[in-house]
Amino acid sequence: MIPALLLMLGIGAVCGIVLSLASKIFYVYEDPRIAQVENCLAGANCGGCGYAGCSAAAAAVVSGKAPANICIVSGKTGAEAVAKVMGVEVGNAEAPLSYNMCEGGFRAADKYHYMGISSCKAMAVVFGGKRVCGVGCIGLGDCVKACQFGAVSMGPKGHPVVDEEKCVGCGACQKACPKNIIEVKTLSERIMKFNQKYDPLAPCAQTCPAEINIPRYINQLREGKYKEAVQTIRLRNPLPLACGRVCPHPCETECRRGIEDEPVSINQLKRFVADYEMNSGSRIPIKCAPDTGKKIAVVGGGPSGLSCAFFLRRIGHQVDIFEAMPKLGGMLRYGIPEYRLPKKVLDWEIQGILDLGIKAFCHVKFGVDFGLGSLMAAGYNAVFLGVGAWEDFSLGIEGENLDGCYTGINFLQRISGGEKIKLGRTAAVVGGGNTAVDCARTLLRLGLDKVYMVYRRTRKEMPANEVEIVASEHEGIEFVFLAAPTRVVGDDKNKVTHLEYLKMQLGEPDKSGRRRPEPIPGSETLLAVDMVISAIGQSPDASFKNQDPQARMKELELTKWNTIDNNPATHQASIPYIFTAGDAATGPSLVVEAIGGGRRAARSIDLFLKGEAVEPVKDSLQKKRIHESIFTKVDGIKQTPRAKQPELHVNERLDSFIEVDLVLPEADAHKEAERCLNCCRICYNPDTVFPMAKKAG
Amino acid sequence: MGDLFVLVISCIFINNILLAQYLGNCPFLGTSKKMETAIGMAMAVIFVLVLAGALTWIINEYMLKPMDVVYLQTLSFILVIAALVQFVEMFLKKSIPALYGSLGIYLPLITTNCAVLGVCLINIKEEYTFVESLVTSFAYAAGFGLALILFAGVRERILLARVPKPLQDVSIGLITAGMIAMTFMSFKGMV
Ligand SMILES: Cc1cc2nc3c(=O)[nH]c(=O)nc-3n(C[C@H](O)[C@H](O)[C@H](O)COP(=O)(O)OP(=O)(O)OC[C@H]3O[C@@H](n4cnc5c(N)ncnc54)[C@H](O)[C@@H]3O)c2cc1C
Ligand code: SF4
Ligand code: SF4
Repeated sequence: MIPALLLMLGIGAVCGIVLSLASKIFYVYEDPRIAQVENCLAGANCGGCGYAGCSAAAAAVVSGKAPANICIVSGKTGAEAVAKVMGVEVGNAEAPLSYNMCEGGFRAADKYHYMGISSCKAMAVVFGGKRVCGVGCIGLGDCVKACQFGAVSMGPKGHPVVDEEKCVGCGACQKACPKNIIEVKTLSERIMKFNQKYDPLAPCAQTCPAEINIPRYINQLREGKYKEAVQTIRLRNPLPLACGRVCPHPCETECRRGIEDEPVSINQLKRFVADYEMNSGSRIPIKCAPDTGKKIAVVGGGPSGLSCAFFLRRIGHQVDIFEAMPKLGGMLRYGIPEYRLPKKVLDWEIQGILDLGIKAFCHVKFGVDFGLGSLMAAGYNAVFLGVGAWEDFSLGIEGENLDGCYTGINFLQRISGGEKIKLGRTAAVVGGGNTAVDCARTLLRLGLDKVYMVYRRTRKEMPANEVEIVASEHEGIEFVFLAAPTRVVGDDKNKVTHLEYLKMQLGEPDKSGRRRPEPIPGSETLLAVDMVISAIGQSPDASFKNQDPQARMKELELTKWNTIDNNPATHQASIPYIFTAGDAATGPSLVVEAIGGGRRAARSIDLFLKGEAVEPVKDSLQKKRIHESIFTKVDGIKQTPRAKQPELHVNERLDSFIEVDLVLPEADAHKEAERCLNCCRICYNPDTVFPMAKKAG
Repeated sequence: MGDLFVLVISCIFINNILLAQYLGNCPFLGTSKKMETAIGMAMAVIFVLVLAGALTWIINEYMLKPMDVVYLQTLSFILVIAALVQFVEMFLKKSIPALYGSLGIYLPLITTNCAVLGVCLINIKEEYTFVESLVTSFAYAAGFGLALILFAGVRERILLARVPKPLQDVSIGLITAGMIAMTFMSFKGMV
């Protein structure tokens, strides 16, 4: 008896000593929360959660791979205890929610006559799917069966509908779906989602540079859910008021309805819901993820900077904006004139972004008032450079510095800033882009008698927004096409009297298909004007690179166009903690491009701050088209006219800066929304064949 | 050599620890839902069983037998195996993180696994030599893995099948396990 006891004691002691020594020697740091979480789980090691035992599940919870309610044994009390350890409440802003991407249902034709068992997974294994579309919902409801909380049900259109109130984000439906249709994502994940080539996307949503889910918000508008529509837009675009006014809407060019009829007036609908929010007098709350404790400096408060700051803030980072001008907005404020985007509207929109808890420091110039060194010293973990393209190209012709000559951006910016500029009676604006047209229209409003636009090519090649060209024609601007300025002529007091130009003719098409203009020798012509504004393009002002005393700044590479060199898929610059987007990265472009770029840069910054590799989104679409979704004909369309843009009468416009384009009346907006086919990758609701969608909506 | 071969065959097929001796049924049901998990578990069991087989044989031979306290087998083996698994887990985590990544998470599940204890006790009961117990430990573990992986394959298929409601999940699992056990009985008499 005694030896036996001694022996057991001995073995026990040896085991104990060895283990305690081992735990000292082989100690590896482990998040203490793993042990705490494990204590909250049932401890049955049953594997029912899909992980190998409770400690594996706890590790997954702490690393964020599994939700708080993972344990199927310990139930709700267990989930609450876990959530407490993790510092989140069950159902807070970051709780993942399930979401159905496919609206195919009955409107999508079936590929196979299927008689097997009623399970999406089985069908996917046997046929790869039932719907014509390779990515679409099979519709046999595995997700419905998988959800233990009754949050998923088969909707009236034959595809699952998620009840967000009941969803706890356990991810069971996503796992059950063989087609990636049901997605369980947190708010941050949803904000940082980018179009990928296997996503169910309508042609318009593929084309939008900001990647807004267009059919979804149009559908919400149609159902009268204006608030939800604005929220859908804000997942991708923080500036719906501004974009709703100035965006040249590339999405509409690809609109499927446009193949048989006029395209849907998508941008007017965006403006309608955005204006609805502004005029309703209260702001729709914008959800942000819990704080992460990371700090980012955004240099430049234009659309790209605002977009990057907005999305970084929404995923929980702390952001400060540094802006050289007295106010935020970039070209939206200092380029685009009041009659297109009223400052009051812009102020309201920017205030909404700052209200999320973003600090803005204005009147401080990067490279002069502060630099890379001071930002690093102040503890910023990454820097975003959205400095735009503010340096006007010069014409490079004689007489360019005479009294009465201006450059486009400089001119617009001074007018916006409220400066009084000495004006003439007649002016020539050189160039064919937005800046040129805006200068010309601004001049008319300032009371000039005659404004010419002098452009090297023809109207067809003008890069300005079509609506603006039309408006300037209405307003009486005279176009001088196929004209290349050669000299500005002045009088003895150095004041401009004429602009001399050579007439051009279009030559053979070049590689890009554009016919190059060639001068006609001896065709010099004089145009009598007393003001010349050259607006032939801009490039970024990168002077900060040499002004900044920080030696590291020399490593920032620029391209030959003076834009900041960066990886176009991640927007990371040559210094790893510097990111860029917008005009500074691409050269002069569009507001939506800057917004899309700002969000993509925000994703990269987020990866960078988490210490992960800053890699491009896998299979990212980046405005490439999904081949099968581009049609040549669309059946079932009844031609219905597109909503006209309501606008101020020409007589009322010219002596004021009052906004020209007006918002659609509610009834017209609804009528326009009805024209939307609610497209997806390949299916849509035709006007005639599918009356069900209308009834449901 | 021939004897050892016969031993291996009989441990894997005829006396399969899961399907003929009905030991280790909790991980059999718990970790067989997914093929990936099943493979990880099988590897972990092989790893631990060989170690445990060797260690318990030594303890039995050089401690229990000389002191004439063989009746303490079960008790001391439990203690030693549990400590061993914990130790191995810590060791792997620190020294071979890659191996830990693929096997480590299954180790705690084995601490209390009756299949491991069972094999160690069988080794003693059958009075195997050291080499023989190493071989049987390995072979039993391989048999465990074989059964587990087969079963996981079947269960992944069952997910697609139309199972009556009362029989779903574990119930159908047990029924299937029974059938697989019966097929294994056909190996009887091979050796
Ligand atoms: C006249 C005009 C009309 C346009 N019309 C349209 C239109 O109708 N539709 C459309 O889609 N696009 C239009 N655009 C293009 C659009 O405005 C730009 O593509 C967009 O504003 C680019 O955004 P961004 O953030 O990259 O740069 P910006 O808007 O240029 O903003 C850059 C910001 O950085 C600040 N900054 C610069 N340097 C520094 C520094 N060193 N330190 C601190 N801050 C600095 C600037 O002050 C500015 O606020 C127009 C552009 C112009 C000039
Ligand atoms: S095209 Fe879109 S809506 Fe239609 S089946 Fe495919 S994913 Fe679903
Ligand atoms: S009809 Fe609607 S969903 Fe389809 S492409 Fe046009 S705007 Fe997009």
